Amino acid sequence: MTITISHYLTVSALLFVIGVFGIFLNRKNVIVILMSVELILLSVNLNFVAFSAHLQDLVGQVFALFVLTVAAAEAAIGLAILVVFYRNRGSIAVEDVNMMKG
Amino acid sequence: MITGLGAAFFYLFAFIAIASAFMVIAARNPVHSVLYLILTFFNAAALFLLTGAEFLSMILLVVYVGAVAVLFLFVVMMLDVDFASMKRGALEYAPIGAIVGVILAAELVLVLAGSAFDLGQPATTALPTPDPAVRHNTAALGDILYTDYIFFFQIAGLVLLVAMIGAIVLTLRPSRPHVKRQSIVAQVGRKPSEAIEVVDVETGKGL
Repeated sequence: MTITISHYLTVSALLFVIGVFGIFLNRKNVIVILMSVELILLSVNLNFVAFSAHLQDLVGQVFALFVLTVAAAEAAIGLAILVVFYRNRGSIAVEDVNMMKG
Repeated sequence: MITGLGAAFFYLFAFIAIASAFMVIAARNPVHSVLYLILTFFNAAALFLLTGAEFLSMILLVVYVGAVAVLFLFVVMMLDVDFASMKRGALEYAPIGAIVGVILAAELVLVLAGSAFDLGQPATTALPTPDPAVRHNTAALGDILYTDYIFFFQIAGLVLLVAMIGAIVLTLRPSRPHVKRQSIVAQVGRKPSEAIEVVDVETGKGL
């Protein structure tokens, strides 16, 4: 029983697909959509780390660190926008997001 | 890459990570979703640890479980949203989503886990990982993060600064009208003649 990079890539692919499916399933709830995006970014990080270990190259881990940074910033901004939107509209349903008529 | 007991632990962590990730999107209560998200991050951190990426694993715990997941929890509990009505009609797009998801997952797993995708060792490595016995993971990461990737590191800090200022600016409420604040200009500009007012009150009548 040996774990190779293929096992890691499979886990990462499954996490990615679950994240994409979560956006389909919870298309009304912005909070769960944000959590699905976090899952997708986690699967990307898992890919980076698995390849970093496979290729014995530290650059993958450095890049995963930057992905982590951007994901944290994205979550903070996304939740701030959500709070402001809830204050203005009293709801967080995605179909109410049409104020700008874009 | 990993053999023996580590392999058994890989299957354990991978299974829990995927099961809890599914519960994140399937749970009815968003608070449960956030708690399952925390479980997913814990198991992903354990998977990172199995590959030897110790620093990233700990950062994942500190940043994600300690900051991002708690932030999600705060927002879910702060917003008093009727989540039950939001779930209504959620299964409308579930079949097409499931079809797309299953096809995507099947393709990815076929390619990645199959024998068609063979990754050999590359001829050259940009920044080789030093022997963990000589230089441990955190020190090795610091060695290249503060030298070769210093500009990227600074930009990462700038991204966080922008995110912080953006979040503050977005959620800062303008001061409410009925809140009384000290006005120094009004205090200094006050004259004795305007300070008091003499009122002649007639007997038996109020003001």
